[in-house]
Amino acid sequence: MHIPDNFLSTPVWLTLDGVAAPAVLWVSRRARKELDEARIPLLGVLGAFVFAAQMVNFPVGVGTSAHLLGGALLTAILGPAPAALAMTAIIATQAFVFQDGGVLALGANVFNMALAGVLAAWLPLRLFAGRRSVGLFLAGFFSVMMSAGLALAELTFSGIQMPSKLLALSVGLFAVGAIVEGTITLAVARAIERLNPRWTGAPVHQGSRVWAGITFAAVLVVVLGLFAASSAPDGVMRIGQWADLHARPVLAAPMADYSLPLGPLWLRRSAAALLGLCLVGGSAAAASYFLLRRRSS
Amino acid sequence: MTPLIEVRGLRYRYDDGTEALRGVDLTVYPGETVVLLGANGSGKTTLLLHLNGLLQGEGSVRVCGMDVSPPTLRDVRSKVGMVFQDADEQLFMPTVLEDVAFGPLNQGFPPDEAAARARAALAHVGLGDIEHRAPYHLSAGEKRRAALAGVLAMEPEILILDEPTTYLDPPAQRSLVKLLVNLPQAKVVATHDVRFAAALATRALFFDKGQVAREGSLSEIVELFRWDWDA
Amino acid sequence: MHHVVVEQWSRRHSFVHQRDARAKLLVALALLAALATSPASPVTAVPFALLVAVGIVAARLPLVSMLKKAAVVLPFSMLFGAVEWVAGQPLAGAALLVKSYISALTVLLLVASTPQPALLRGMESLGAPRLLVLMAQTLYRYLFVISEQAQHMRLAAVCRQGSAHRSQRRAFHAAAGALAILFARSYVRAEGIHRAMAARGFAGEFHSLRPPRFTRMDAVFAGVGSAVAVLAHLLVSHA
Repeated sequence: MHIPDNFLSTPVWLTLDGVAAPAVLWVSRRARKELDEARIPLLGVLGAFVFAAQMVNFPVGVGTSAHLLGGALLTAILGPAPAALAMTAIIATQAFVFQDGGVLALGANVFNMALAGVLAAWLPLRLFAGRRSVGLFLAGFFSVMMSAGLALAELTFSGIQMPSKLLALSVGLFAVGAIVEGTITLAVARAIERLNPRWTGAPVHQGSRVWAGITFAAVLVVVLGLFAASSAPDGVMRIGQWADLHARPVLAAPMADYSLPLGPLWLRRSAAALLGLCLVGGSAAAASYFLLRRRSS
Repeated sequence: MTPLIEVRGLRYRYDDGTEALRGVDLTVYPGETVVLLGANGSGKTTLLLHLNGLLQGEGSVRVCGMDVSPPTLRDVRSKVGMVFQDADEQLFMPTVLEDVAFGPLNQGFPPDEAAARARAALAHVGLGDIEHRAPYHLSAGEKRRAALAGVLAMEPEILILDEPTTYLDPPAQRSLVKLLVNLPQAKVVATHDVRFAAALATRALFFDKGQVAREGSLSEIVELFRWDWDA
Repeated sequence: MHHVVVEQWSRRHSFVHQRDARAKLLVALALLAALATSPASPVTAVPFALLVAVGIVAARLPLVSMLKKAAVVLPFSMLFGAVEWVAGQPLAGAALLVKSYISALTVLLLVASTPQPALLRGMESLGAPRLLVLMAQTLYRYLFVISEQAQHMRLAAVCRQGSAHRSQRRAFHAAAGALAILFARSYVRAEGIHRAMAARGFAGEFHSLRPPRFTRMDAVFAGVGSAVAVLAHLLVSHA
């Protein structure tokens, strides 16, 4: 799910870098505020833990094995803002040190896995605070669905045309992967809690459940929408066509004299569709912002 | 002579209910090297952690005339340098120089002055040429000396060493002893290594179940508690 | 391990190694962006490939080993290259493959010629949040330590397993238990690190040493490097 460079079209990676950079700044400020000073080294060490954890294989039947991705587990342990920041550090390290995922695409990968992925993991944890097992499973499940769905959508909007059969197959694989991540997250979190119940104690009981519910619904819509959109690119193109008419003045203004990457029509349309997507994602983020603010007040 | 460290009736209980210290007294004067012996879990490390306020129990702990408590922590930690058992936990910065400069920077020295102090401390422990290396790639002996440099750069009056010979091969132990003997600071050393203790100790304390069972010369204590494999 | 070799490379000496991390970051970003915005054709990549090759030679890095290391992107790229090919765009597929490979090589050249602490400090002075940089630095510092622990645990598990066939379910829970223990060790280690930090006067504020001076040569390198990247872009876009 780490998108390398040159897979995304220029408007897509540029937009997502533009969205992710201020978002990471905000998350970092928020994490600094809510983190006890004693837990600062913990974030980096747990980043290293997630790397190392990926070396441990979990059998998932028919002779194959999977490993933990970790976003949901970190969210359950650290809470949303610190987890998002730790994931950002992990993704950046993967991009630079291991060439796993692109550098221009860093914004996209951070957006998919560290921001949207962690949000999608945190909401079920908050909503099912009373039923921890359900919350943990859904956290793993939705973090992967969200990240994978966004990655797929971004690739599609970037003009990588996948045959519909292959698309259906990859959507299926993502769903299986999401179930596996949910199961592993639940098993590992439970095992950790058996060792010391205080270790996975992200504050899930604070904040308004109503807002969490609304945001969670928004996330559901986005995830479902992404998969629908990716499996039916024609529909996306139609939305794009519509958005192109309405969003062209907005999009064209800042990039008017730079015609190269905006050249082909499909690209412009998919960029517009992506912008729409960002708006939906943005409203979800805004909702969660209010939610977080209520929590702290 | 006024003591550098004065511990009176110190008690400490961990969160899980274990009573780690049950009324400990300790006095350390300038120039002394006090060695703490005793079984694992007898309270040696717990006591050391009190000496620069990393733990705070009941009773009184005074360092250089200051009561160890939140308002004095900053000064206490400048006076008391602590070298931990696990050097990998102590050397957390990406390069040796940055790690050794960490203390002076926290003491409020400007970056250039902190770097100069760090370089001087590294030269002192014989690691002048590895300032840009990553701690992970150092040998166990180099790690221990780098950790010591990180503490010396703060120019403390007291050195606390917890099991300093862990993971060290004999040549590294020898060079550590040479280095420590020549340092003017008062030292409190917890160790299982009796030969190492013999090279440094001016006095020894034996810990048993959170209490000082006996205080005296090292040879006396080793004999009394049969604290050597051939004793 | 991959990063051990790359780290050794990053501590070599050459004209490229001597340049300030900020200058190299800037040039690398310019190259990546110029390549990414060039037309989707494999020919586009030729001048960029040459530039990166020149960089590798100037940095006195082993070309063949570098080429092998950057190949980590190829499986992913080949998959999508094949997808494009099936979709009737063989040229776009080939371009995807070649361009993503050269991008990976560019990033590899950057990290193989810049020690990780210098790179992070450079990013920080270019505006990356302090806490994030700190986290990445702790992550990298303990990556070796904790991975080694994980490998020991895996080894121990293999030794105990023997030839007995365990049920999938038990194997799954054993893996979860192993991760929990790895987590516990990491957690305790983080507490130890915090203790060591506090013992040396840490009170929540991080101070850093002065970053190395940005020399005139660094400025020239950054300027010329970015200009060459833009030229290469113009060349392939209008050819």
